[in-house]
Amino acid sequence: MSTFLEVKNLHVSFPTEDGAVLASNDVSYSVALGETLAIVGESGSGKSVANLAVMGLHNPQRTKISGSAILHLPEGPIDVLSAPNETVRRLRGKAMSMIFQDPMSALHPFYTIGDQIAEAWALYNEGSKADGIKRAVEMLDLVGIPDASKRVHEYPHQFSGGMRQRVMIAMALVNNPSLLIADEPTTALDVTVQSQILRLLADLQKEFNMAVILITHDLGVVAEVADRVSVMYSGRVVESAPIDEIFYNTTHPYTRGLLNSIPRVDNNGIGTRLKAIPGQPPSLISVPKGCAFEARCEFASHVSGGLCHAVNPDLVEKAPSHFGRCHLTGQQVIEIANQNNGVK
Amino acid sequence: MLKYVSQRLFYTVLLLLLVSLSVYFIFDLLPVDPARLVCSKNCSPALLRDTRHKLGLDVSVIEQWLRFLQGLFIGRDYGVAAAAIHCPAPAFGYSFSRHECVSTVLSHAFPVTLSLAVLAFILWMTVGVSLGVLAARKKGSIFDRVSTVFVLIGTSLPTFLTGVLVVIFIILKFNLVDPLEIGNWSNPLTDPIGWLQTFIWPAATLAFAYAATYTRFTRSNVIETSSEDFIRTARAKGLSEKVILRKHTLRAALAPLVTLAGLDFAGLLGGAIITEKVFGLDGLGGISIEAVTSSYDLPIIVGTTIVASTFVVVANLIVDITYAFIDPRVRHA
Repeated sequence: MSTFLEVKNLHVSFPTEDGAVLASNDVSYSVALGETLAIVGESGSGKSVANLAVMGLHNPQRTKISGSAILHLPEGPIDVLSAPNETVRRLRGKAMSMIFQDPMSALHPFYTIGDQIAEAWALYNEGSKADGIKRAVEMLDLVGIPDASKRVHEYPHQFSGGMRQRVMIAMALVNNPSLLIADEPTTALDVTVQSQILRLLADLQKEFNMAVILITHDLGVVAEVADRVSVMYSGRVVESAPIDEIFYNTTHPYTRGLLNSIPRVDNNGIGTRLKAIPGQPPSLISVPKGCAFEARCEFASHVSGGLCHAVNPDLVEKAPSHFGRCHLTGQQVIEIANQNNGVK
Repeated sequence: MLKYVSQRLFYTVLLLLLVSLSVYFIFDLLPVDPARLVCSKNCSPALLRDTRHKLGLDVSVIEQWLRFLQGLFIGRDYGVAAAAIHCPAPAFGYSFSRHECVSTVLSHAFPVTLSLAVLAFILWMTVGVSLGVLAARKKGSIFDRVSTVFVLIGTSLPTFLTGVLVVIFIILKFNLVDPLEIGNWSNPLTDPIGWLQTFIWPAATLAFAYAATYTRFTRSNVIETSSEDFIRTARAKGLSEKVILRKHTLRAALAPLVTLAGLDFAGLLGGAIITEKVFGLDGLGGISIEAVTSSYDLPIIVGTTIVASTFVVVANLIVDITYAFIDPRVRHA
């Protein structure tokens, strides 16, 4: 698999009156064609901010961005963070597309969905309006909207939430992009509809051999579709590993906390209380000099000399292609966790 | 859609009937007897009864109203036999202070009011909307701040002040219009320059107040719409900023302006009382204020009230239908 997007040392900050909000702090990740990278984290962890920067969708007047985000296009690599706005605009919808969290508000209420899809198509294709609508019908068919040739002339409010997200997907894919960024695409939907949408995304990814970045806070969603996972906390990537490694060999206390906070149906899960991570993430305005998770971390007391408080750990390879940002080794984390469970 | 329109039409007719009926009831309650005013000093009970009969005031309010409705469709005779004065349909009544059918008075006053309203409307829409859009696009800039000052001044200065200032410091000071010609009616088709000379200043005065409101409204709507999710979607598609503004932002941001503009315009068609007075225009506003303050000319008051409310009600209907065309969510609701 060839890497398509390579994000390196991405910093995104928003100047405010109280100081700059460092929403994305030295973030690096990459995704290859045909691969799904899940970016996981709670609200405000910087997962959307980083990807909106890649898409060039931040307001340049109110955002400071540094680092690089290289798209490996067939005609050569291009850094979308330093390329002129107009160049990046011409990549949007064609090389990279994005779908958003709330399909209820993401479509223009005054235009038919056919018009909106055809508008995206016409940006990169020669042809009449009728050709665009024909293409829209094909796409609607593809994303599983029944009776597409009739529904293409309907307005967004005539569709249900799940159907609207399908429309969004159809619109995002109408120009065969190589990269699809899905920003919490199922958060606003019913659970049954969620898995339909995820399956649809997975099928389409195979069909188009796309690189997919799935932004989510739902580890259940991750387990279903992702190849690799990057966990973000307080603007930083804290753990990054292939999917099985994340679920079975977690090396980072925060990821452990996330996993413990979701319900399980196996024997270990039934009858026990869900374990929430205590406390709140730190403010992104005054970033602590040590580990951002230290204040909430039940493992921090096992690190001697107040190291966690003083020094922010680097992202290092804990196991083959498994990166973590913690002063403890993966093995130590597992041992301490087992001890703690034993005490209870 | 057809059902929606016919339903609305039905309610519009019903509403107009109710409005006219209530106007009759209100004027019946007033402690002024038009007949007594008309027959003035040498009034005998017999003469009073006669006048009352001539004016059609010797029957119940309901019957007066029914006659009024009838008159609207087939015209009406005032007085008896040879002395009768015929007002052709639509007859709103007969003004005994002006010795004219109310419809004739209205038909002379209406072009004045219409001219003022149309010219003011064009001015304030152009200025208000473009200032609002520019201010929103350059939010926080010097331009935006200057436009805020404009909005503040425009909304806080009443037209009786700005109007007088315009008359004294612009028209008279620079001799732009012959003082004797102020408020003179010229036909826009035969004498467009004269028409413009008469109406440009009152229209500008009126437009100044409205444009300020429209600037503020447009600015806030454009800013609000710009942060909508569907604008982000449009950007994610790869559309250029120009297309996004024209096709996506403005379409959604200006839709509510249709409602506001329709109703404001309709309101002005009923007469801009203060502005007309300041600039000496004999429009609907001018004649109603005269009818109310000096001659107690009830038929005129009834006529102008009904005409003004008809405009508002009809404008409401037009606005609703237009809005259904603009916003599909209304159409399907």
